[in-house]
Amino acid sequence: MCGIAGIIHRDGPGDIGTEMTRMLQSMKHRGPDSSGFALYGPPDELMVMRLKLADPNEARDFGWSERMERHRNEIEHRLAKIGAMVDLVQGDQEYAYRVKFRYSGDLKALADYVEDVPGCEVLSLGHSLEIIKDLSDAESVADRYHLLGFTGSHAIGHVRMATESDVDIAGAHPYWAYPFSDIAVVHNGQLTNYHMWRRRLERLGHRFQSECDSEIIAVYLAQKMDDGLSLETAMKQSLDELDGVFTYLVVTADALGVAKDEMAAKPLVLYESPQLVALASEEVAIRAVIGHEIDTHDPYEREVLVWSR
Amino acid sequence: MEQMKIRYDARGLAEPDAQAPGTASIETVAADGAEAAFRKAVFDAEELTTRQINLELRRLVYDEGVTDVTMLNPGAKHSIAVGILARCKITIGGSLGYFGCGLIDGPEIHITGRVGWSVAENMMSGVIVVDKNAGSLAGAALRGGDVVVRGDVGARTGIDQKGGTIIVGGNAGMMTGFMLQRGRMIILGDVGPGLGDSMYDGVIYVGGKVASLGVDCVEDELAEADHEVLDRKLRIYGMEPPGAFRKFVCGRKLWNYDNLEPAERKLVL
Repeated sequence: MCGIAGIIHRDGPGDIGTEMTRMLQSMKHRGPDSSGFALYGPPDELMVMRLKLADPNEARDFGWSERMERHRNEIEHRLAKIGAMVDLVQGDQEYAYRVKFRYSGDLKALADYVEDVPGCEVLSLGHSLEIIKDLSDAESVADRYHLLGFTGSHAIGHVRMATESDVDIAGAHPYWAYPFSDIAVVHNGQLTNYHMWRRRLERLGHRFQSECDSEIIAVYLAQKMDDGLSLETAMKQSLDELDGVFTYLVVTADALGVAKDEMAAKPLVLYESPQLVALASEEVAIRAVIGHEIDTHDPYEREVLVWSR
Repeated sequence: MEQMKIRYDARGLAEPDAQAPGTASIETVAADGAEAAFRKAVFDAEELTTRQINLELRRLVYDEGVTDVTMLNPGAKHSIAVGILARCKITIGGSLGYFGCGLIDGPEIHITGRVGWSVAENMMSGVIVVDKNAGSLAGAALRGGDVVVRGDVGARTGIDQKGGTIIVGGNAGMMTGFMLQRGRMIILGDVGPGLGDSMYDGVIYVGGKVASLGVDCVEDELAEADHEVLDRKLRIYGMEPPGAFRKFVCGRKLWNYDNLEPAERKLVL
């Protein structure tokens, strides 16, 4: 089933960490397996990278902690070697880290080099995007990664009921559009031409970390934008080129977009005001962050909407 | 807006031991001329869970003999006011989530906000009036009564409808009247693609533009009886009729689909 949510502040930053936690927690019944956040903090000239070194539910042997430590050191070493000046390494968990660094080279080279460390997956990379995802519900994840009070302009999130692939961090949303800076997607639905698009995108050199169909949407859109299309045009093309049922949300450094498939098979409720736009699979999620009475509507089939901050 | 902690039993049933909170204030309205005395009640649903709200409604309607209930702040919760099988008046001051007012037989429900997907699913009789928008699947498998949405509705409105009337003041999405079997739909605004796809019977009136017709749905001429029904239904709910209505019915080509030649089947689909 899965639940998706998005929020964008049009009048300056807000506490998107707390807001997204409330929105996702109110939809816990749609997917208790894992929760994920894509949060956009204030843009920085430094790059910020979120990565994981292992899954929380994998068996831990005697050498596990030492191995995590060794792999983390190896990543710092590799970052230095490829020309990144590491500013800060924060570990919310033994297996998940946030790294800030100065870097102006090729992102794909950096991501590939870092991911070559065993068990490592780059969850997000950009100047303001941070993707945090883990097993269990939104409040537990927000608590574990200290997300309450995270200030920023826009965010998307996802609660997952795993149907197509494993319950692990690699299968959790949001998906970063490897290797493109500051782009992420959450998706509710199933894509039926996933394998075709995965092969096409793999031929262009992109890597996929999971068996999850949603992972291709992010890369698909980012590749189109890299080819020169606007976000809105890329999303409109996706309505014809992606088969299946979907409602997906996409975020870039300064915009939030939503697209619905031609069957309108997956729900979405939308609230718009001059101050903010909030949208989610259920209205309860929107009401969890807005204290007053609101009017909402459901976008129709084949609708593509984009808001900028 | 503290999140409510909901308990589940081993089978996954929510709040297995929930009790009606009994927080409603009840008053008796004295007889006034032709109108007999009746009991009315009001309660606030903001702090209550779904089960508590529905148990409180049942307590009021079945045990306390209340015939006029007002519920405040439903907060877009799901599955509210379902399975009420008695004649009564329910006013919901706010919006409902998914599956609101399903499986009811008798109540007259007024919702001042909007509703999510599948409002009035499988309703047998009564009236539901929604002042704002509705999500997809409004009036799914409706068997009788009137479902009135003054705003827009989503996709597949009246899917599998088997009776009753659905009236939409605004626009409707795709596949409106999908597999309609009996009853009527009155859409004052525009409708999306695939109107009346695979409908077996029944009738759809559209006041605005039609994006496209679905399989085996054809346009028909309005008769005197159609105008009479439309005028009466819109007058009851105080809705402004559009300039003209178009009427859509079943083309009946799918009725004997199995007996068709392969070439004929292609023509139908």
